[in-house]
This record gives sequence, C-alpha cells and structure tokens, in this order.
Amino acid sequence: MNEKILDSKNVSVSFRINGELQTALHKISVSIKRGEVLALVGESGSGKSTLAMSIMGLHNAEQTEVTGSITLDGHELIGLTERQFDQYRGVRVGMIFQDPLSSLNPLMKIGEQISEAIVVHDKNAPNLKGHVQRLLTDVGIINPKRVAQQYPHELSGGMRQRVMIAIALSNEPDLIIADEPTTALDATIQAQILDLIKEIQLKKNAGILLITHDLGVVAETADTVAVMYAGQIVEQADVEELFANPKHPYTRSLLRADPSNVSPGEELYAISGTVPALKDMDHSKDLFLQRIPWLSDDVVNATIDEELEVVGDNHFVRGNAWKTFEFLDVTEKGHAK
Amino acid sequence: MSELVKIENLKVYYPIKSGFFDRVTDNVKAVDDVSLTIETGKTYGLVGESGSGKTTIGKVLVGLENPTSGKISFEGQVVTTIKQKKAINYNKDVQMIFQDSQSSLNPRKTIGDIISEPLRSFGVPGKIGAGYDGQRSFEQDKINARVLELLDIVGLPARTVTQYPFQFSGGQRQRIGVARALATNPKLIVADEPVSALDLSVQAQVLNFMKKIQRDYNISFLFISHDLGVVRYMTDNIAIMHNGRFVEIGTTEDIFDNAKHIFTKRLLSAIPSLDVKKREENRAERKRVEREFVQYKNDYYQQIGSYMRAYDLESISETHFVAIKKGEN
Repeated sequence: MNEKILDSKNVSVSFRINGELQTALHKISVSIKRGEVLALVGESGSGKSTLAMSIMGLHNAEQTEVTGSITLDGHELIGLTERQFDQYRGVRVGMIFQDPLSSLNPLMKIGEQISEAIVVHDKNAPNLKGHVQRLLTDVGIINPKRVAQQYPHELSGGMRQRVMIAIALSNEPDLIIADEPTTALDATIQAQILDLIKEIQLKKNAGILLITHDLGVVAETADTVAVMYAGQIVEQADVEELFANPKHPYTRSLLRADPSNVSPGEELYAISGTVPALKDMDHSKDLFLQRIPWLSDDVVNATIDEELEVVGDNHFVRGNAWKTFEFLDVTEKGHAK
Repeated sequence: MSELVKIENLKVYYPIKSGFFDRVTDNVKAVDDVSLTIETGKTYGLVGESGSGKTTIGKVLVGLENPTSGKISFEGQVVTTIKQKKAINYNKDVQMIFQDSQSSLNPRKTIGDIISEPLRSFGVPGKIGAGYDGQRSFEQDKINARVLELLDIVGLPARTVTQYPFQFSGGQRQRIGVARALATNPKLIVADEPVSALDLSVQAQVLNFMKKIQRDYNISFLFISHDLGVVRYMTDNIAIMHNGRFVEIGTTEDIFDNAKHIFTKRLLSAIPSLDVKKREENRAERKRVEREFVQYKNDYYQQIGSYMRAYDLESISETHFVAIKKGEN
C-alpha cells in the first residue's frame, strides 16, 4: 500500500521559444503512492499540465528539454524513446482529459474505441467484447451492450467522460492522470464522476494524479495536495492539513477568492495581476509575491531557498514570506493564523 | 422594491419537422411556461444543468430570440417580441455579458471600436447610473470620452483603445465585455455564465466588480450559472430550472437553507464542500438524496414518455414556491 508508484525528483521542463530555452517547470518533486490521490492545484499557466505531459512523454522532444528524474514503479521515464514510452502510455499510465468530446473519435463506436486501446498493446487479447462490457459496467454505465454500439455524439457529457475513464482503465494502469476531468460537467454529474474516481482508487489500487483548479474538487477527492505557481510547488500537504492550516500566501489567497468560502456580504479577495510570462520567471525568488501589492520590494525580490521548508508532518512551504504575511484588511474567516 | 422586468408564462418551443412536407410533428419545449420578476438593483439567479433552458430565457429577455408565447414587460411596457423591443430602443437598457469572451469580441476590431459600437447605436447618456432616461449624445468626442471612462471603470489602461482582443488575457477580455455591456447605461444586464471560463483569482475580480457596479449604478442582473457557490454569493433570488420548467423559486436563503424540491436537493448535495472532514458524510448524503430522487420523483414530476415534466409551482411562503403535486405538503 505504501509503495511509491510515481516518484519525480527535480523535474524541470524548458521549451525552446524563438531559439531560446525558457523554463516552464522548475525542479518539481512529487510522489504518489498506490491508492493515493495527489491533487495539483493552480491557475492556468502554473505548469500543472506540463508536468502531466512530461509523465506521459507527450512533449515534442526537439522543442523541449526535460531534466531530472521521473520513475514509474522504479523505471526511469525521462530519456525514453517514443517507442519505449509506448510500453507505458495507455498501459501503465492511463489518462483522462478535460474535454471528452474532442478526445474521442467521432466516427468510431464506443466499443471499438475501447477495444482499440486494448488491442494496440496486446494483439491477442482474449474475449475482447466481454472485457469492453466489463469496463463499461465498472464505470457505472447501466446498459453497456447498447452504449458499446453508440457513437460519441449520442452520449451526454457525463457518459462520454465515463467512457474516457473506461479507456484509461482498459489496461489496468498503475497510475491514472486526470487532467481537469470534471471542469466541463454539471455539478451533479461532477459529483458522480468524482465519486467514481474515488471508487476506482479504492478498487484498483492505482495512484491518481488529479489536476484541477477547483478547490472544492480537491477537498472532496484528494489525499495529498500540491499547490503550484509559475512552474514551482509553493506548498504541499495532506488535504486536511492544507485546508485547516494553509501557509503560503498563494494558498491563502486562493481560499479567500473562492465564493463558496466567503459569505455573500464580504468582498472576495481578488489576486491582482497575472501569472508571469515564461521569460520573466526568475525561480530564485518567490514569484507569487509580485502579485501582492502591499509588500515591499525587499520582500518581493528576496532570494529564497531552493528547497521547500518542512513546517509540519508532510507539510512543505516555499520561501519565507508566509511567516509574516498578513492580508491588509480583515482577518481571514476561519483561517486566521 | 420596484419591479423592473416581469416575465409571465413564457414559452419557447422549437419545432421538430419531419415527413415529406416537413410538417411540424412535435416541439422541443426549451422553456415551458415560466414566470419571474426581476427587481431594480437586485440579482436574479437562474440555475440548472446544461440544456435546462437557462440561456434561452436570457436570449429572449435580451431580444436575441422571439418567444412562442407569454408576455414580457419592462418598466410596465410590453416588450415580448423583438419588434416591440426595437421600437423602444430596448437594448440601451438591457445588455448582455457572454460566457466566452473570446468568441463574443470581434477579433478584427480594436477594443475602442468594440466598446463604442453600442454608443454609436444608442448614444452617450448624459448622466451615468441606471435609470437616467434623458438626452443622449452622438458626438464623436463624447463617445471617445465615454469609452475611456468605461475602460477606467473596469480597470484597464487608456492605451487599450487601440489594441485587439487577442492581446488580452481571459479575465481582461471578460472585463472588456462588461465595459461594452455598461456603455449605454443599462438597467438590466443578462450575465450568461460570466465567470465559468475564468480562474479563481480572475473570477473574484469579475464578481467583485459586478457587485460594485450594481452598488454604484443600481443595475439589475439576471445571473445565469450552474455554479451554485457563485450563485449563492451573487444573487438575491433564485430560480432552479429543470427540463425547461422552474422547479423551485425563492430567495437565496429559501433555496440554500430550506430547499424543498427533490431536484434542488440533488443539486445542493452535489456542491463540493471545502470542509475536508465532512467529505465522507457528503458522499453518503449524495447517495441518500439520489435514492430519494428515484423513489419520490413521481411526487415532483409528471412522467410523459421519457420526459419528466415538473408540476406547477405551489406557494409555501410569500417568497418561496415549489413544483409539487397538488395535495402534497
């Protein structure tokens, strides 16, 4: 139960833009155990999906430089050729994308798409039809025989996402990467899909990397949370600890910006500015501090330790600013330090 | 509180044509007999799943579509059809903010052109603030000045005027959409999922900003959303929609603290909670509500083929109405 299925150490990713290498991820270290859900949270542009794509080996090798180490069940993934990666992609690592409509082939029946995912890796897979139907039943589809004969456009968004999950599960992966799996879905369907992901986690004993920007989804599903900003992890903790005792200014700002966490009379905390462009990311500093208008330049520009500081049991924070950080106005409701 | 908009028995049907002569054989009832009232300076929330008809109501209200039947009145004037709306220059008073800021801003026009377009159509109001009905000016100087003023209100620099939509981030583009909606001094803004494409940090900026312009200019909103967390934060009154019908309407407190309809309960139980300790409890609650939904749906819906039609609304308090079979309760 406690073995690490995914272990990444100091993973950096740079993209070649106009001939120059620009860093999108800077020394990320995360690990996922079997049966654990690790949530990556952050704004768009924070590097969540870049990390997922490095694990799946989906970056264009000529335009991207990936350094560090990512091991899956002890096997190093960085530096593998396309063909070597094929042994992992879709077999030992399954992926669920945000938009099921654009990731399913509109011209292929659901049953065929699922069996394709199996046959690609094992040409002589026995009892293919039975396997497909079992997978569809596993993801809570009530009439698998009929659905297998249908095309993607005939299914609702929630059903399509279930089919995507069935495909991700088709080869009994050790790790499932779910990139914003419920963002495009209605609340009731979102709840069903999250419950399904939880169920799979227990039943299949796979590790799950859940990428999301929705704090509610994190609180409902994750075991461990890594908060990302500008290509770095700024805080990492067990889910209860993170919500009960957030430290980094970014985590605290996000919690105060969430309408479900603030009563209607109060003003939401609006984080000013935007995530910096890749070329402006100086990773020797705590980049989020630029977006807090009342901090002095000394604090914002201070060079910080590369390592995250251990502040509790399995709780890590970047930089020093969190030690003195206060919001300007009122005290944080329910999160006062 | 004064009524700004009153929608009575609104129906929007889309015909299904089939057969040799393309005869109308059936209708899709996108909106099926709904009534609502929006008060001046208040926010009315329209909540439901995709396909429930929320956006259709918004489109009819703004005048992008004609209703099949029903009556809409705006400050006492009947403005049911697009023709009636045009006749009174209705759209200077009623504007819209769209979900997708990318596709609702013309990529070939500068921001200055985009924001000044409604001003060229309806003129620059002499005074800012909802409710001003006096002289409007069409002078180019006035229009330019108003554009700059609007950009300032939404917190964008003056140089924005000559830039194009692609040069902005999603949150900035959404604020440009808000500036355009504000340009003519509207009394009502229909906001269709205005923040669902935005990050949390930017979402907070836009929501705060909408609340601010409501306070400053006494604007009413029809706020269409499927995100109940946002709806609770933003609205005064809420209608819950399902299959083109209202299943429950009430004040925000009525809905969130005292939900009666099984569909509302189901929606509420699906909201992810930030309270990690309660998540097992929430999951059990969701399962329970789901069972209840299956068990009792006949008390709340008429089954017509595979279609579930909600009953008519019954009053349970002065503000709170629920669609339930007569004789229950």
